[in-house]
Amino acid sequence: MPKRTDLKKILIIGSGPIIIGQGCEFDYSGTQACKVLREEGYEVVLINSNPATIMTDPETAAHTYIEPLTIEYLEKIIEKERPDACLPTMGGQTGLNLAVTAYEKGVFKKYGVELIGAKYEAIKKAENREEFKQAMIKIGLDLPESSFAYSLEEAFQAAEKIGYPVIVRPSFTLGGSGSGICFNRDELAQTARKGLDYSLTHEILVEESVLGWKEYELEVMRDCKDNFVVICSIENVDAMGVHTGDSITVAPAQTLTDKEYQRMRDAARKVMSEVGVETGGSNVQFAVDPKTGRMVVIEMNPRVSRSSALASKATGFPIAKFAAKLAIGYSLDEIPNDITKYTPASFEPSIDYCVVKIPRFAFEKFEGVDSTLGTQMKSVGEAMAIGRTFKEALQKGFRSLETKRFGLGADGRDEVLGKTLRTREQYLDFIHTAPQNEELRRVLDKSLSIPKADRLFHVKYALLAGISVEQIYKLSHFDPWFLAQIKQIVDLEKEIIEASGDECKQTLILRKAKSYGFSDVQLAFLWGKKEAEIRNLRYQEKVEPVYKLVDTCAAEFKAYTPYFYSTYEEENEDIVSDRKKIVILGGGPNRIGQGIEFDYCCVHAAFALRELGFETIMVNSNPETVSTDYDTSDKLFFEPLTLEDVLAICRQEKPMGVIVQLGGQTPLNLARGLEENGVKVLGTSPHAIHLAEDRKEFKKLLEKIGLKQPENGTALDVEEGCKIAEKIGYPVVVRPSYVLGGRAMEIAYDEIFFRKYVSQAMEASDEHPVLIDKYLENAIEVDVDLIGDGKTYVVGAVMQHIEEAGIHSGDSASVIPPFSLKKEMIDEIIIKTKQIAKELKVIGLMNVQYAVQDDVIYCLEVNPRASRTAPFVSKTIGVPLAKLAAKVMAGMTLEELQFTEEVQVSYVAVKESVFPFVKFPGVDIILSPEMKSTGEVMGIDMDFPRAFYKSQDAALSHIPTEGKVFISVKRQDKERIIPIAKKFHELGFQIVATEGTAQSLVQQGIPAQSVKKLAEGRPNISDLIRNQEIKLVVNTPSGKGSVLDEAKIRSLAVSFNIPCITTINAAQAATIALDALKGGKGLEVKSIQEYHALLKQKPTSKIQTPNKHQLINHQT
Amino acid sequence: MKAYLALEDGLFFEGEGFGAQGETFGEVVFNTSLTGYQEILTDPSYKGQIVAMTYPHIGNYGINAEDEESDRPWVEGFIVKELSPVVSNYRSAESLHDYLKRHGKIAIQGIDTRKLVKHLRDHGAKKGVLSTIDGDAKRLVEKAQKSSSIVGVDLIKEVTCKKSYSLDEALLKGFEWGSAPSKAKKKIIAIDCGIKRNILRKFNQHDFSVTVVPASASAAEILNHKPDGLFLSNGPGDPDAVPYVVETVRNLIGKVPIFGICFGHQMLGLALGGTTSKLKFGHRGGNHPVMDLKTQKIEITSQNHGFVVDLDSLDQSQVEITHVNLNDKTLEGMRHKKHPIFSVQYHPENSPGPHDSDYLFQRFREMIG
Repeated sequence: MPKRTDLKKILIIGSGPIIIGQGCEFDYSGTQACKVLREEGYEVVLINSNPATIMTDPETAAHTYIEPLTIEYLEKIIEKERPDACLPTMGGQTGLNLAVTAYEKGVFKKYGVELIGAKYEAIKKAENREEFKQAMIKIGLDLPESSFAYSLEEAFQAAEKIGYPVIVRPSFTLGGSGSGICFNRDELAQTARKGLDYSLTHEILVEESVLGWKEYELEVMRDCKDNFVVICSIENVDAMGVHTGDSITVAPAQTLTDKEYQRMRDAARKVMSEVGVETGGSNVQFAVDPKTGRMVVIEMNPRVSRSSALASKATGFPIAKFAAKLAIGYSLDEIPNDITKYTPASFEPSIDYCVVKIPRFAFEKFEGVDSTLGTQMKSVGEAMAIGRTFKEALQKGFRSLETKRFGLGADGRDEVLGKTLRTREQYLDFIHTAPQNEELRRVLDKSLSIPKADRLFHVKYALLAGISVEQIYKLSHFDPWFLAQIKQIVDLEKEIIEASGDECKQTLILRKAKSYGFSDVQLAFLWGKKEAEIRNLRYQEKVEPVYKLVDTCAAEFKAYTPYFYSTYEEENEDIVSDRKKIVILGGGPNRIGQGIEFDYCCVHAAFALRELGFETIMVNSNPETVSTDYDTSDKLFFEPLTLEDVLAICRQEKPMGVIVQLGGQTPLNLARGLEENGVKVLGTSPHAIHLAEDRKEFKKLLEKIGLKQPENGTALDVEEGCKIAEKIGYPVVVRPSYVLGGRAMEIAYDEIFFRKYVSQAMEASDEHPVLIDKYLENAIEVDVDLIGDGKTYVVGAVMQHIEEAGIHSGDSASVIPPFSLKKEMIDEIIIKTKQIAKELKVIGLMNVQYAVQDDVIYCLEVNPRASRTAPFVSKTIGVPLAKLAAKVMAGMTLEELQFTEEVQVSYVAVKESVFPFVKFPGVDIILSPEMKSTGEVMGIDMDFPRAFYKSQDAALSHIPTEGKVFISVKRQDKERIIPIAKKFHELGFQIVATEGTAQSLVQQGIPAQSVKKLAEGRPNISDLIRNQEIKLVVNTPSGKGSVLDEAKIRSLAVSFNIPCITTINAAQAATIALDALKGGKGLEVKSIQEYHALLKQKPTSKIQTPNKHQLINHQT
Repeated sequence: MKAYLALEDGLFFEGEGFGAQGETFGEVVFNTSLTGYQEILTDPSYKGQIVAMTYPHIGNYGINAEDEESDRPWVEGFIVKELSPVVSNYRSAESLHDYLKRHGKIAIQGIDTRKLVKHLRDHGAKKGVLSTIDGDAKRLVEKAQKSSSIVGVDLIKEVTCKKSYSLDEALLKGFEWGSAPSKAKKKIIAIDCGIKRNILRKFNQHDFSVTVVPASASAAEILNHKPDGLFLSNGPGDPDAVPYVVETVRNLIGKVPIFGICFGHQMLGLALGGTTSKLKFGHRGGNHPVMDLKTQKIEITSQNHGFVVDLDSLDQSQVEITHVNLNDKTLEGMRHKKHPIFSVQYHPENSPGPHDSDYLFQRFREMIG
């Protein structure tokens, strides 16, 4: 069927900020969808609140609205743009939920918007558990026994009928929010209450537990002619009970016979027809009882998903792209397979390799978090690895994770019985004594049965301890097939150890070891050599990787798309061209501190360098990203970002240079190693990178420029650190060097905490010294992004943070242009930033952080690389900084690129951070120097209050306009809260506070109702929160830790979805926003293209902040 | 134990042997199915061939009694990237290694199967030898060159039943698919050129009672059974090598409704005056898209054939093209314009493969009435 010509304008809903359960896979799918629709001649309207996305680039859609993903804004956009249709299946659960709301509120009907891709009825049937269950029963598919509950009482009744343990699953949530396994009535009470709250429809499913069953997923597509194809089957290594997003998974399915597989395929087909997904991609999840083969349907998603992104990268079949084509009327046979060109998309990919996906967690960021894995997703990202065998893919996967692991152990990072086996001797001693170690057995009995991130390592230790595969299976429910594969790795490792000291034996085993995925680092560890020695031995013995193609068809047809993975076999399929090549190193798996922003930069580099005629070569291991779309660069290597893997690619491709400064800290850390091995690093030199990272050098640099820095020192051990802290005077900031995201960065107010923090920092610092700085209290923090070509330096933007210095910049709200800094300060900051860049001879991007205290500028840190804010700045000023940076690194000048002057904006953009606290119940939500946010949103409008208000809406912490606000601040803030409280009162809020605060407010003439603290009896503040009487919490922490009353209150507010403001500055910003909204007109929507047009109208507008509101001036 | 694979054009691999020991010859082909190695091994259509699986991990779920397509493996040899060290499936009764050993089949693992497959794709299916007793590359290549080709060789006589039999066996319980409204039984004759068991099970489901007769059965013998319909089975090798079956079919056209699958489709093509030719490397796998030209719908099909009925060799006044392969536009199905006769090149009984084409059995049932 040809494409539809009755549609002209199509609205795509994005997925908003990166949160747990919704990563950058939806930028990948959304970007593909936008591209397809544009190519097909449709006018695309896009709404997405996340600026760090390729899809919100002004070129991707015709009208891009970086506005909050709520019904109010959506309706305004629809009213303004009048699209003919809406494609809701590309923006994850957020996009789908928003479309459902719009449909149910009659917005689509009112404006004549047709839902394409998935009809409302189909979405409802798939997402509403009761309807889904009835549909499955109707088509004769088996489900776990289950019952719906709309109250706690009903949940108890259901559980008694089914029998414990039961699984609770709320309807209409994302990432499995609020679901959990309950072994008893108590646990059920807790989980059910939460689930009922989280569900948009206040509905939960109480379900028979299929814990320990094998878990599978089929990624499928269906078109308007009822053609149906399975793109990929995925088997979870972790059995049922662990959320798919948190499971190690493998593609294709490994332990199903054809009969079982086809039965599953038939079931998926029936599900698609019955649910009524007419055009697009979906996934269907199944559980299979390993003892009887009984197969039950778990759920289906009528949209592209994290696993469809994985399936696309695993097979080479671009699901989202084709789903978009199907939505506009094409059928599968009308779409050519991009990779083979001459065969159609209406087929089922066959693969001749093995794909392993490993989730990436960030528990170390959240003190007191429960790191046990369950039905609620907790991982923040994932790495994918491809190998010819599972063993190879698994070990490559572990070394892709950016957790300093280099495979399945034997890398100096194994932790057994609380001890890290750093040296070869310790490791060999462990292996030697493991079989007799009773304590180890006891510990393993437990650790194998509790799902945690590192459980496969425990499988290895168990095998080393001589525990049988059968026994491990009983404890862990890892399928014996996976266990046998790991056993092969363990057995080979023993052989490798036996070859120690025997060059001849080592040579003989080298190739096999490499084909089992052993890294050079592991071999070096096991043989007591250096990584470089292993590399040289390999070169000498010609044991080098070959590159094979991902081609959708297991080599049956010729492939035209250069998408490669490495393996140790005979034939190399990578044909090296004679073009000039540049390698771009990506950022690896998403984690807190290193997310989609860096992928955004890498993608821009690929586009830019392609424009200049270079052959672009992308290296990355993150399946969610646009950078790992084979369309993005000329060649894609889906490989771990380690020195070994990158060097191997460079050795083969012989690029003109490598770009390391756009993918975040991961590639930056490789800069020196690459240079030492003769690979040219493009842009700012590794030496300059070192200058900025090395404290002593950095100090010299600042002194030369005449910039102050908070008093500081470096220490290599705790005692040395204490002396320095004493000298500087508390409070001090402690942090490791060479890390991103403020890992292990803390403010210590006294020596007790200092000692604790400094040892954590030593751990994270990995032999580099720990940095100790004087903490500047109540200073304004400023972020500056700059681009340079070695001669000309231009500041992209000066951003003022709303939160004070000391809170990680990635967690602060930040504003362009600055809203309360004096013009002289801004000018001075710009000048100093350029001086730093000149000293470092920056070629590419640089980010500098400053603190301004009492009109004195302190330089906090300099990062000679793309920063997290690069996309936010680019979107705001309408200049693609990363793209320009790539061109500069390739040799162009800023003059040639016509970017020699700072851009002045006549509007205001606010970047706000989004946190995962709702997924980590009980964890204290306060902000600190350690970054905790997973994503960001942008609010943009003509003045600060509106832009800020929008940013809060977009960050899903909507500021209420009336009701009760609970105020509780630390002693130091008692003064500063008074005008804010007064404002809340004037705005019509009722103020609730604990006894002391209430009294002091009343004394100031501000009416306040007092409420009991947690320990003062009932009803207390917790009851008010639970009853949702409180609409807003303002609580500035006096301390940190989940044991404190105030922490419990904050955490409670989060679980009940009540916005919780934890800094005075943010509270003040909120009142200003509310004030402006109350007095002025409502919020309007404007596309980013319209904002950028304003820049063109007034190219030389003066440096001036557009709003008259002086937000805060706590320096006075 | 080392094992060696050599092709007639000089390509040589050294790997590790499993299954039986010895030396074996055959046409080296590849199959892209991710699952179903047991069905593939026991499909008589692989007689004369050494089969390479493109998916690297094979043997994971072992072997069971129910998934056999005949009573023994027919491949001449088996090539995989990696044999599973264990079996993991609740139905598994035996490991792949033990099974192949028991049946005297030689297999090799640990070679760059993708390199082999690409070679076959680019240069066509090749004669080859698989050996655990001779490791000399030059000698093995010579042996491969001297081995007999499957072109022009009657392999049907090797796989057909010795005498006629009936098999009334239902689809495996718990794994039924497709639907058939219960009707009175109809009697059909199946000419056995190497029939797969699941074809018989599908006929059972669609209320046929089937008598399987040897490929050498004459038209008269078949008509003696007074059948309601005739089925032409799948089978190995070159369709031109079995003129006697073609002759039988030709004599039955117009006398009885006919349904053919794979080799049976080729027999029908030749009987209707068409010609066949050898594909470069054949179609073997479970993912080939075939379009039903009438409904314009696509079926993902199970395929196993090295020869094809030439599309333009058919008399289009007599024969209507009903199905084509979307990958290479070759003929996948046809029907007679006057008589109740139709056939498909692919395998609607699947096993292994997707279940998209069940309607063909139903169509045959409706054709007979």
